[in-house]
Amino acid sequence: MDITNYVVLAAVLFAVGATTVLLRRNAIVVFMGVELMLNATNLAFVTFARMHGDLTGQVLAFFVMVVAAAEVVVGLAIIVTIFRTRRSASVDDVNLLKG
Amino acid sequence: MNEFVAPEIDWLALAPLIVVLGAGVVGVLLEAFVPARARRVTQIVLTLAALAGGLAFVVYLWPQIVAQPVQVVGGSVTLTPFALGAQGIIALLAFLGVLVVADRTATGQDAFAPTASAVPGTSYEDLARKSGLEQTEIYPLLLFAAGGMMLFASTDDLIVMFIALEVLSLPLYVLCATARRRRLLSQEAAAKYFLLGAFASALFIFGVALIYGFAGTVRLLEIAQRVQQGALPLEGMSALLVAGVLLVTVGLLFKVGAVPFHAWTPDVYTGAPTPITGFMAACTKAAAVAALVEVLYRISIGVQAVDPEIMRQLQVVVVVVAVLTMAVGTVIGSVQTDVKRLLAYSSIAHAGFLLVGIAGFGPQVQSSTLFYLLAYGIATIGAFAVVTLVRERRVTPGAQEDNGPVADDGVVLGEATEIAQWAGLGRKAPWLTAAFALFLLSMAGIPLTAGFIAKFGAFAGATSGGLWWLAVLGVLASVVAVAFYLRLLVVMVFQPGTVEPDSQAEPVETGVPTSSTGDGGEGPTEGGGVATATKVQVTAAQRVVVTVVRSRGPAAVAIAVCAIATVILGVFPSLVLNLVAEASKFVP
Repeated sequence: MDITNYVVLAAVLFAVGATTVLLRRNAIVVFMGVELMLNATNLAFVTFARMHGDLTGQVLAFFVMVVAAAEVVVGLAIIVTIFRTRRSASVDDVNLLKG
Repeated sequence: MNEFVAPEIDWLALAPLIVVLGAGVVGVLLEAFVPARARRVTQIVLTLAALAGGLAFVVYLWPQIVAQPVQVVGGSVTLTPFALGAQGIIALLAFLGVLVVADRTATGQDAFAPTASAVPGTSYEDLARKSGLEQTEIYPLLLFAAGGMMLFASTDDLIVMFIALEVLSLPLYVLCATARRRRLLSQEAAAKYFLLGAFASALFIFGVALIYGFAGTVRLLEIAQRVQQGALPLEGMSALLVAGVLLVTVGLLFKVGAVPFHAWTPDVYTGAPTPITGFMAACTKAAAVAALVEVLYRISIGVQAVDPEIMRQLQVVVVVVAVLTMAVGTVIGSVQTDVKRLLAYSSIAHAGFLLVGIAGFGPQVQSSTLFYLLAYGIATIGAFAVVTLVRERRVTPGAQEDNGPVADDGVVLGEATEIAQWAGLGRKAPWLTAAFALFLLSMAGIPLTAGFIAKFGAFAGATSGGLWWLAVLGVLASVVAVAFYLRLLVVMVFQPGTVEPDSQAEPVETGVPTSSTGDGGEGPTEGGGVATATKVQVTAAQRVVVTVVRSRGPAAVAIAVCAIATVILGVFPSLVLNLVAEASKFVP
């Protein structure tokens, strides 16, 4: 199988994640969209590393995983705090600050 | 594959970063080992010492780096005069910002919730407040954020840049959620900042992946070299490079707060605790703009040599964003009624002016950008420090209404951020008003303030790149911006401050009755009570007056330093201009 298919898959996953972030209303689901984008990036890194015959890309994927984990810690803490206050995790309810 | 080769590390060149980030780690340990009473003082001393130490190392390294830029850990940290200058500016601004954070004012309370995890309006929160808990974790968080910013501004490696981006962002998300008052707004600001920030960093890292796919490396200088030499693993895939550079630029523009990626700025600046807003507005902008300059300039070296057409398109993108940013910042800023929001839109407008300078891709951009960041940063921190001192106070009519720090009958509430409430401030606190006026004039770019020299440098940068019309647009936007700064000044100085007691008793104007919690969490929030959480209760017999609380020292020092620096940079700019001029040498 042609290895560029993996790059295409990564791009599709990234687009799905970005669409999720922009369209979904639940903060948790929005956050899942971000995670999907990060994992699509990992796939792209690993595929390119394979194409170039270079280990850098695989190492970079580890960095991205660590950062994603740190992001989960902070992000879920913030979302849960809001949920405990308002009994809702919808991004539409969070509308006291009007831009 | 190969044997492991231990890298040679020039520890001295890393010293500013190590001091700041190391002190952050020590600060976390202090939380565990220092008794609660001594914790706050210990943390403040450690934080200020670390930032001052970082600044001292920058000053110490400066002559060396000006003579010979160094790359540490194989380019993960690239210290050019520009990067080192950015580090110094960030450390200085963070120092001033921490002074404001540390000030408890005459009310004896800092700007942070006793326990940020407590649900607003619960008995647990009351208990925490009564027992005088304090969250001293904010100081290590500030250090991590400052350290991340310093690294962000001084790396050549896109992955290190991504990690620095997260190291600076994650503490800021948390800090945004910790306000003592108006806690729902604060939590909402944190959620918005987090979701949009995470989205932007995901775009950034995917851009890095595409660039890696194109060039086979994530070092900016190597990318430029390989593009120039045509030594690319994937031939004829320049679409990858274009898409990658665009995504990386978008991620950076988000942190800069440029239109169309500015939507979070007003909300987050309004909702976050005001001292944090000042820190964030000044330091994050400095770090993000410095990183943007490094990425754009280093990439452009390679691209320019190979395909001037791509280079031209890149420049068009920057120009369009600059014009939009100036327009939105100044036009929407001029209809704001809230001081913090107005300053937020002012910060967006300043992002536009900075981009005008960058868009020229001229030879002097590095030095003029550094000067702009310094001038803008000190004015911003000073302005937000003033905002922390202008407060609402609940009084019962009949009690004597003086302008002293805290009257016995009144409980000092949150900040009075409505512009209308600032009427007559000139008479209540002339010095504070004078300092605030100075900061506004500097932001407006009036001669004899730092802002004028900074804007002159930025617009000169655009003209040196042949973009005369862009500089003219920038001047026009500045004129509009002057109008909205002057509007605030007129309210403060010329409008009488006396307010009719009748109109103040109107719940709609002063506050919707909710609960009787004076400060801290405002009101239960179930169901329809959400909207009330922004206001405090004022019973019919009481009203809210605006008062200026006295600083306990640190914030006053910060305001004084910012004011003096604004004047000095405006009157004798050559002191700093000569220094930052070095930053334009050794552009890689």
